Amino acid sequence: MIITLHAVDWLALLGHFLSLSLLAVGGAITTAPDMHRYLVTQQHWLSDAQFNSSIALAQAAPGPNVLFIALFGWNVGINAGGGLAAGYHAWPYAALGVMCAMIGILVPSTTLTFAAARWGHQNRELRPVRAFKQGMAPIVIALLIATGWILSANQGTFATSWPLWLLTIVTAVLVWRTRIHMLWLLAAGGVLGWFGWI
Amino acid sequence: MPESRPSHPDNSAAPGRPRPHSVSDLFWSFTWLALQGFGGVVAIVQREMVEKKQWLTREEFVEDWAVAQILPGPNVVNLSLMIGDRYFGIRGALMALAGMLGIPLLLVLTLAAILSNTADIPGIQGALRGMGAVAAGLFTATGIRLIGALKSNVMGKLACTLLAFATFVAVALLRVPLVWVLLVIGGLAFAWAYRQLGRLRAPQGAA
Repeated sequence: MIITLHAVDWLALLGHFLSLSLLAVGGAITTAPDMHRYLVTQQHWLSDAQFNSSIALAQAAPGPNVLFIALFGWNVGINAGGGLAAGYHAWPYAALGVMCAMIGILVPSTTLTFAAARWGHQNRELRPVRAFKQGMAPIVIALLIATGWILSANQGTFATSWPLWLLTIVTAVLVWRTRIHMLWLLAAGGVLGWFGWI
Repeated sequence: MPESRPSHPDNSAAPGRPRPHSVSDLFWSFTWLALQGFGGVVAIVQREMVEKKQWLTREEFVEDWAVAQILPGPNVVNLSLMIGDRYFGIRGALMALAGMLGIPLLLVLTLAAILSNTADIPGIQGALRGMGAVAAGLFTATGIRLIGALKSNVMGKLACTLLAFATFVAVALLRVPLVWVLLVIGGLAFAWAYRQLGRLRAPQGAA
């Protein structure tokens, strides 16, 4: 896929990420549907395959999931720099794409978080601030468990993908009950999957 | 006297507490955290910050995580920013952020450059599937381990259980958008906690 981006297009790319940043309540992944609408459907800057593989790679690689946004920028840049065939000649464009994407998605939200968290910390004795933190505690704990459930459900039903569910359950019990290092578990999951045993 | 108890370590007021000794300690701690986080960093943050390094108690972690979650932006990025700011101000916030994102970003771009031709090898697909299943277990276990932090919650056991159960059903089973869950269930929880904090004040003043 090869596209042409002018200066105004790069600004539009930056602007789109800036505008989504403050809407990303619950993590950057919640803005993925709107990014698909803009980057793939409306502007044709990114192919469907590139969109999906960016999310899959960022999920699989270590680090915060928000890095899928960097991969969107990277792939848009590669497309603008002459596609995969252009080899490393496209990399400066890819780097520009990464910068537009990451600056756009992070600057507004981190600025707000910095100010709000500081205010909350300085006023931590105020009754509304304490009520907020106490009230949210059971909700965020349930959200973590729900995330585990959703990730499990995405890999298929128990009847069809029971080995994956079993691995999830064994992992959960081990992490809950023992102090085993999580990297061993991830490595074990990777090896089991590599050999096609699950 | 819960009214006067700080909900967080005040850096000067808690001399004996473990804490990062420098901004570069923050940077490398968060880099190491991020590099262990496949499919979700929060499980690793909980284990490293609360159980190993003990920079935060379980209760403080849950409170910070609530703030990081409700504000826009990537949750673990928000959390690293808040922890960094608490110890070293804006310098700490930026270093924690750089640690969380810098080296992982270079790594994922390198992978993208390498994998652009080889993404369809079945072994890699299988390995990703296996690590995804493990990641699901990590999230669940992290949630379960944090349940203990609710013991000291002002809302009481029954209210905490009901709120957690309602949240799980809404998000995991009914797939209600997060914004509505936070507004409705979060609003109810806030109102109940606010009321309980008020009731707490009166009898303890008398006793």
